Amino acid sequence: MSAVGVGYDLGASTYSPTGRVFQVEYAGKAVENSGAVIGVRCRDGVVLGVEKLIHNKMLVTSSYRRIFTTSNNSGVVIGGLLPDGRQLVTRAREEASSYKSNFGIPIPGKVLSQRIALFTHAYTEYWHLRPFGVSCCLAVYDEVNGPQLYCVEPSGECLRYHAIAVGKNAQQARVQLEKLNFETLTCKEAAIKIAEIIYQIHDEVKDKPFELEMSWVCDASQKKHQLLPSNVLTEVKAAGAKAAEEDDSDDEDDEDGNDAPAKKE
Amino acid sequence: RPIVTGTSVIAIKTDAFVMMAADTLGSYGSLARFHDIRRVVSVGSDCLLGAGGEISDFQKVAQHLEDLEEENYCYDDNVSLTAPQIHSYLTRICYNRRSKVDPFYNQFAVGGMITDDNGAKRTYLGYTDLFGTTFTDNYVATGFGAHLALPLLRKGYETLGGAQMTVEDARKLLADTMRVLFYRDCKTINRITFGTVDARGPNVNEPIALQTDFNLEEINPVKPIQNAEQE
Repeated sequence: MSAVGVGYDLGASTYSPTGRVFQVEYAGKAVENSGAVIGVRCRDGVVLGVEKLIHNKMLVTSSYRRIFTTSNNSGVVIGGLLPDGRQLVTRAREEASSYKSNFGIPIPGKVLSQRIALFTHAYTEYWHLRPFGVSCCLAVYDEVNGPQLYCVEPSGECLRYHAIAVGKNAQQARVQLEKLNFETLTCKEAAIKIAEIIYQIHDEVKDKPFELEMSWVCDASQKKHQLLPSNVLTEVKAAGAKAAEEDDSDDEDDEDGNDAPAKKE
Repeated sequence: RPIVTGTSVIAIKTDAFVMMAADTLGSYGSLARFHDIRRVVSVGSDCLLGAGGEISDFQKVAQHLEDLEEENYCYDDNVSLTAPQIHSYLTRICYNRRSKVDPFYNQFAVGGMITDDNGAKRTYLGYTDLFGTTFTDNYVATGFGAHLALPLLRKGYETLGGAQMTVEDARKLLADTMRVLFYRDCKTINRITFGTVDARGPNVNEPIALQTDFNLEEINPVKPIQNAEQE
């Protein structure tokens, strides 16, 4: 791979002969190497979850946040470089606030996601700037279109999703997410499902230990974006841990090759 | 020059709660033009703001405080504007505007609950106005109420137990005072909103009407002539 981009990957303002902008793709790699981010849009709201890899055992984990509130009814979760992400969050907050001041209503999801996308895209146009190494998943619950989930990628691409996974092992997560029925799913069920997926795709051996951070904006939270209430979070984490154990025990049976009775839970 | 104005706001503070009342009139000079202006609003999770004077200035200030609160909400660190902070902030902006001879033409009553570091809750009630005058007290009244209502509030406060007053007593006291204001202040209407903030948070009620009796002797000093001729 290293030979592919030679010469055409020095700046974001250069195309390669095959029509690729390598700097933007490399920014995407920064996203792929960070902890998994999952968002699900349900019938009554949107749930966001992230696998926060704890790089340093001495870290005060409550101070490490990857999910940010951008207005009363919207929030983003950052996949990729967190400092770049904070910049985007600040911009999103300003956009939401100025829209509210100008137009009197909370910023609609469509508008906020487009504004963030345009901002991200602007940084892919110039030689002297580098693209954001961030995929931000944006959850909005507005009056007009109900709950919405958007994902803005480093290229500035912004699409609306029923469910999205970015970061490490995102492909595995997507396979699991595709099985969900988004028409009937409630936020509580989705929260449990997201936790299960994150716990399952987290590789105990290869990855650092992680902490689960989740948030939602839904009817239960009065359409306000908030971190999952602590009682729900404990429940969800327990479900996730349990799912991970079942997964591990299945793996062990396979390795032994014995006819060990399957653990019935 | 104030164009659409509101009259008095009265407020009383006890150890357990702060209660505020105001009518819902926006007067266009002496025309009772807008009948549903909410002049008592809740700000943040434990504060009430009431204002008399120019309505547009009040709406601007209330909107600005709400924007500040939304910013606090985004930071998600359980920090939110408290009543003394709002009071101080309003005083500063009022004083600075008046120093530019462009005042926010309002008198504000700011009340709320403060939670101390050890979890104890105190009540707070303050007043600030277009000049930047500011003070805190157990009862405040703005506008015309400062002349008419304050003595009634003072008397009621002393007789009904002061800082230990019950909610019902305070409600009755404010209602009686608003009734007097309705009788005597011509720029009022009989549509009153009450707001309370206690340990559970702020709560502003929907407007209600007060029982009035305009045939009372006290306000009808001239007795109708008995055998009036039919004109």
